[in-house]
Amino acid sequence: MKIAVLIKQTPDTAELPKVSAEAVSTHNVQATMVINPWDEFAAEEAIQLAERFNAETVAISLGPAEALDGLKHALAMGVDAATLIDSGADPNAIDLSAAAKILAAAVQAEGDVDLVITGKQSVDGNSSAAQVGIARKLGVPLVTNVVKVVDIADGSATVERLADGIQETVQVALPAVLSVGKEINEPRYPNFMGIRRASRAQIPTRELDELGLGDLAPLTQWANIRKPESRRTQVQMIEGSSPADKAEKLVDALLAEKVI
Amino acid sequence: MSVLVWIEHIEGKPAASSLEVLGQARAIADGLQVPLYALVLGTDTGAETDSVAANVANYAPDAVLTLTSPELATYRLGVYAEALKAAIAAQDATVILTAATTQGRDVCAAAAFDLDAGLAPDVVDLRVEDGQFIAVRAIYSNNILADITFSGPRSFASVRPRAFPMPSPADNAAPITPLAFELPADVVTETVLESRVVGGGEISLTDARIIISGGRGVAHDPVRGFTLVEELAKTLDAAVGASRAAVDAGYVPYKHQVGQTGKTVRPDLYIAAGISGAIQHLAGMSGSKIIVAINQDASAPIFERAHYGIVGDLYEILPALTAAAAKRLG
Ligand SMILES: Cc1cc2nc3c(=O)[nH]c(=O)nc-3n(C[C@H](O)[C@H](O)[C@H](O)COP(=O)(O)OP(=O)(O)OC[C@H]3O[C@@H](n4cnc5c(N)ncnc54)[C@H](O)[C@@H]3O)c2cc1C
Ligand SMILES: Nc1ncnc2c1ncn2[C@@H]1O[C@H](COP(=O)(O)O)[C@@H](O)[C@H]1O
Repeated sequence: MKIAVLIKQTPDTAELPKVSAEAVSTHNVQATMVINPWDEFAAEEAIQLAERFNAETVAISLGPAEALDGLKHALAMGVDAATLIDSGADPNAIDLSAAAKILAAAVQAEGDVDLVITGKQSVDGNSSAAQVGIARKLGVPLVTNVVKVVDIADGSATVERLADGIQETVQVALPAVLSVGKEINEPRYPNFMGIRRASRAQIPTRELDELGLGDLAPLTQWANIRKPESRRTQVQMIEGSSPADKAEKLVDALLAEKVI
Repeated sequence: MSVLVWIEHIEGKPAASSLEVLGQARAIADGLQVPLYALVLGTDTGAETDSVAANVANYAPDAVLTLTSPELATYRLGVYAEALKAAIAAQDATVILTAATTQGRDVCAAAAFDLDAGLAPDVVDLRVEDGQFIAVRAIYSNNILADITFSGPRSFASVRPRAFPMPSPADNAAPITPLAFELPADVVTETVLESRVVGGGEISLTDARIIISGGRGVAHDPVRGFTLVEELAKTLDAAVGASRAAVDAGYVPYKHQVGQTGKTVRPDLYIAAGISGAIQHLAGMSGSKIIVAINQDASAPIFERAHYGIVGDLYEILPALTAAAAKRLG
């Protein structure tokens, strides 16, 4: 069995508020880049499933050369191999539709992949759409927000998913795509041996035109990229002689704001 | 050409988040000068689909379309995406909208990818400008906004819950039109072996008008701390939220977590008790209309984002607030 895990390299979440509109427009975000936090759960699950069901694992990332670091993190955790798909000179030209086509082709290029595992969402793109796009382009079933892989046997996977207040046990025929939620596992920290192995690993890079893709023209355009309006920042501190006094003043203020 | 909104339903009622989308979709359809259709999917047995459709008919669509089949009895992405595509084809829908619940996001995206159409997930605003449909996305975890326009004949967007107000029902009802649905034989889909509602009766964080959240500040006595949070929540008909520190410490389950790796919420009122205001927490709640911080440390960063602040011990302030609210709200 072969498992592909999709890894995106994203800004450190502590630096997201500092990202400027101009940097996003010119695709020149200067931030400490790390493995997308949600993708650590995907990598961990791939490693655990490989141990449980005797599979080989490969991590795939679409991005610039710096995305190699995210792949190295996955290798250091224990993923067997990795491939980088070079996003090319103008990453802005890759919209959700193009990314889905590229990632689906990248999975196909790995040979007989039985299971594709993705994170729930990227902390920069925030779209939770790559998993859907890859499954639809590959023409295989998708289960999102998986919180437990119960079993993989006889060409199908049985999993539990949790979404919109409903917990389900779902069965899909393989190959299939699963996106995983945070409840699924506790991602490991890479150990020294893992880091050393990852630093020595040769990670092949594929160019977009090697994937034999057709039309990748974007279907959406972005304009007026901006920061959200900065809100009223002056806080009104409620003073009072006792907790009860403060509480009453706050309740009065909230009634005046018409929010209670 | 038309605007089509998929209406999700729970226990015989349309989901509030879907009706919010339908309310704004009326303005979009008027701006584009095309009809507006609401789509209800469900099983062909029992009265649920019909009663949901009758309810939705009062929210100003030009017609409610119902599409029923035994295959639609329980939600399955593979099947629901086919049903949405069937309705799109039947009405030549050009703007397709869903609520950005997990189901809504997944079904919207699946249909968009299948039809090779542009997709804007989890948008926070929708408008028509110079005859063009525009959707506004929040990216970089709510730190950047962008206007999305679409090339090609169809535009798909899922809309974040509470991005638009709940519309009021009208007296006159739109007609209800059943559409035929035949599940294509080659469809790939999942089999649901078991399904149960979890946390029934709780107000969901993403739909909540008011949220009371607790953080590591309850560490001294977490059981009492979260009991106080829950009591205030009950008095105000609010949902209970939490910081990651509170979740990681096991005080409350993960489903309550607000923030970067939890839920994004935008209630009218967000009360943070014993939460310091880390960037990753703010990423999930800074869109709230009014933010109140209760913290014993006057220099906690949460006060920089709050509209109202109380410096004090949450074990004293929370019960006092519950009492004051109960007194004033009767
Ligand atoms: C990748 C990543 C993702 C993350 N995702 C999230 C997320 O989704 N959500 C999230 O919340 N965090 C998230 N975090 C963690 C975040 O950085 C903070 O660690 C966390 O929000 C802190 O929680 P807290 O405010 O409850 O705890 P603390 O920062 O410890 O603050 C506790 C506060 O309580 C106050 N206090 C103590 N006792 C009392 C008392 N008796 N009365 C009143 N006040 C009191 C203290 O003054 C202090 O300000 C994430 C971090 C990373 C790196
Ligand atoms: N450029 C990328 N390279 C590899 N995986 C990706 C990429 N973009 C998205 N993914 C995967 O898809 C998931 C959802 O991402 P997104 O649709 O951007 O929210 C992520 O958690 C990743 O697992």
